[in-house]
Amino acid sequence: MEIQKSETPSQATGRAAMKKELPKHYQDHRHVWVFIELERGQVHPVSLELLGEGRKLADKLGVQLAGVVVGPRDGVGTGPAIADAFAYGADLAYLIESPLLVDYRNEPFTKALTDLVNCHRPEILLLGATTLGRDLAGSVATTLQTGLTADCTELDVDVDGSLAATRPTFGGSLLCTIYTLNCRPQMATVRPRVMAMPQRVAKPIGRVIRHDLMMVEEEIVTKVLGFLSDSQSEDANLAYADVVVGGGLGLGAAENLQHVKVFARTIGGEFGCSRPLVQKGWMPFDRQIGQTGKTIRPKLYVAAGISGAIQHRVGVEGADLIVAINTDRNAPIFDFAHVGVVADAIRFLPALTEALTRRLAPRDHMKLVN
Amino acid sequence: MHIVVCIKQVPDSAQIRVHPVTNTIMRQGVPTIINPYDLFALEEAFKVRDCHGGAITVLTMGPPMAEQAMRKALTYGADRAILLTDRHFAGSDTLATSFAIAQAIVKIGDSFGAPDIVFTGKQTIDGDTAQVGPGIAKRLDLQQLTYITKIASIDRHAREITVERRSEGGTQMLKSKFPCLITMLEGVNSIRRGSLDNALRAARFPILKWSAADAGIEDLANCGLRGSPTVVKRVFAPTARAQKAMQIDTTDKTAGHVADEVVASIFTNQPSLEGELSSNGSA
Repeated sequence: MEIQKSETPSQATGRAAMKKELPKHYQDHRHVWVFIELERGQVHPVSLELLGEGRKLADKLGVQLAGVVVGPRDGVGTGPAIADAFAYGADLAYLIESPLLVDYRNEPFTKALTDLVNCHRPEILLLGATTLGRDLAGSVATTLQTGLTADCTELDVDVDGSLAATRPTFGGSLLCTIYTLNCRPQMATVRPRVMAMPQRVAKPIGRVIRHDLMMVEEEIVTKVLGFLSDSQSEDANLAYADVVVGGGLGLGAAENLQHVKVFARTIGGEFGCSRPLVQKGWMPFDRQIGQTGKTIRPKLYVAAGISGAIQHRVGVEGADLIVAINTDRNAPIFDFAHVGVVADAIRFLPALTEALTRRLAPRDHMKLVN
Repeated sequence: MHIVVCIKQVPDSAQIRVHPVTNTIMRQGVPTIINPYDLFALEEAFKVRDCHGGAITVLTMGPPMAEQAMRKALTYGADRAILLTDRHFAGSDTLATSFAIAQAIVKIGDSFGAPDIVFTGKQTIDGDTAQVGPGIAKRLDLQQLTYITKIASIDRHAREITVERRSEGGTQMLKSKFPCLITMLEGVNSIRRGSLDNALRAARFPILKWSAADAGIEDLANCGLRGSPTVVKRVFAPTARAQKAMQIDTTDKTAGHVADEVVASIFTNQPSLEGELSSNGSA
């Protein structure tokens, strides 16, 4: 429904111009918080990316940056998570440890984060737009009756100190900047890999503020029966791969995806695809790259037979080097790729695979010749 | 079992164009569809009804034209359709939307019996926020089960439900209780074909149109623009990259030669990559 407001920019500006003085009970809200996502003992890299962004916002506002760690007592994870929070820029950390927080469940996590916010009143609260982050952010924002902006691609602080959260709208064809008026905290989620990973701090140091989870297991209705990890399956961590090869409709048929997979394997990279291929059932959703799929930030992205619709562009723009192969020299992909080849990807990918193999293993190749 | 399925009529985002000069959305001629993610929720609701009986109420909030989406849902086999439509809802953000829908669900409970399960899609394709589902759950104090891939079992007498939930790095098996709100992940089922009987019935079926007052909302402070803490300040087009791609010439060359040139340009642009790839590549 947000979208309806964005149709005419002039109206939207008029509405935002109505911005009033922040109600008194919100005026003592200070500091920028980043929720440090910890699922099954591991800190999600998106939390570190958000600390980098949170640091910039906190510096502009002249306030402190805090990491919020919610996890199990005696379990692995909370200690390293706090160390990570300080190493990536947090000045302090809020910690709630409880055996009820071993696995993610909405009720105890919402309670923990809501209580912390009510107690310490942050001005800005950022979460990763992961399955956990989105589930939690929606509940917390509703409980606190505040605004929440999803999947932001840019965060800034404007002249009067408000959070300006920019996100794609209409499938990525436009961007809109959203403000949260008259409510605190101002909440936003950001997808993994949208923000760059910050540098580690040389000598991390910070203060830890502990709280108790005021809840007992009997109050929690939903129980976790088990967890089946993906690590055994071939599903890869596409978002964090250094090299990614993407296939599009230009490949013509599902069996031609083989060329994409072989090329990706040759260079030790991951493969993915554009949205139409998932809709056709040629690849699972986990492999979709773009606005509604995964955002990637590899050192090299090779787009094979992908036209480069705006939805796809949003997901790959962070790549350091984009090489595009497409038969249509006017395809939009050539507007944002760095290197372009007008060729049929089905024929060209095997040649590229061979050329790379030659280049990468010159010595082995020499041996073969000798 | 009483199941409420929340759906939304959305413009087919694949066919939306942006006016090149004014940067406004050109909606003329863009067809509207039921949010594709909601169809997974609707089909899952049908499956539950197939096994356990009961009735399915579809609910949407939107302009009067959203009636088309309601009729489509009736064609698929929904038992009842309620369109929440009122000018006071215009401009609602996700917080205000979840308020209005939650109020309507309370009213549905008063009129037709409290729902055991509320279903929604994981998100819409126009807003893409995935916030309304959790918002409704929180406001109605329903157990919140998001990104569900499978309903493993339902025990109607114990009022228990076991589900599989997609989470970061794996699948969670959860056991919860009614009433709950489930947001369905995509690709887990496909919507059934509507029957001829249902199509005939849908064409003339009386769709309930509720205003804010009909849904029992007396104070409008939580609705529409007034109830929305987030506002859109600026809408703009992404800036284009100044330089187009460096084109590698493919005329009068074999694919092998062009490929060599591409590989050379990769390592010229990203010198560090060559060392990294040679260690694990060429396998």
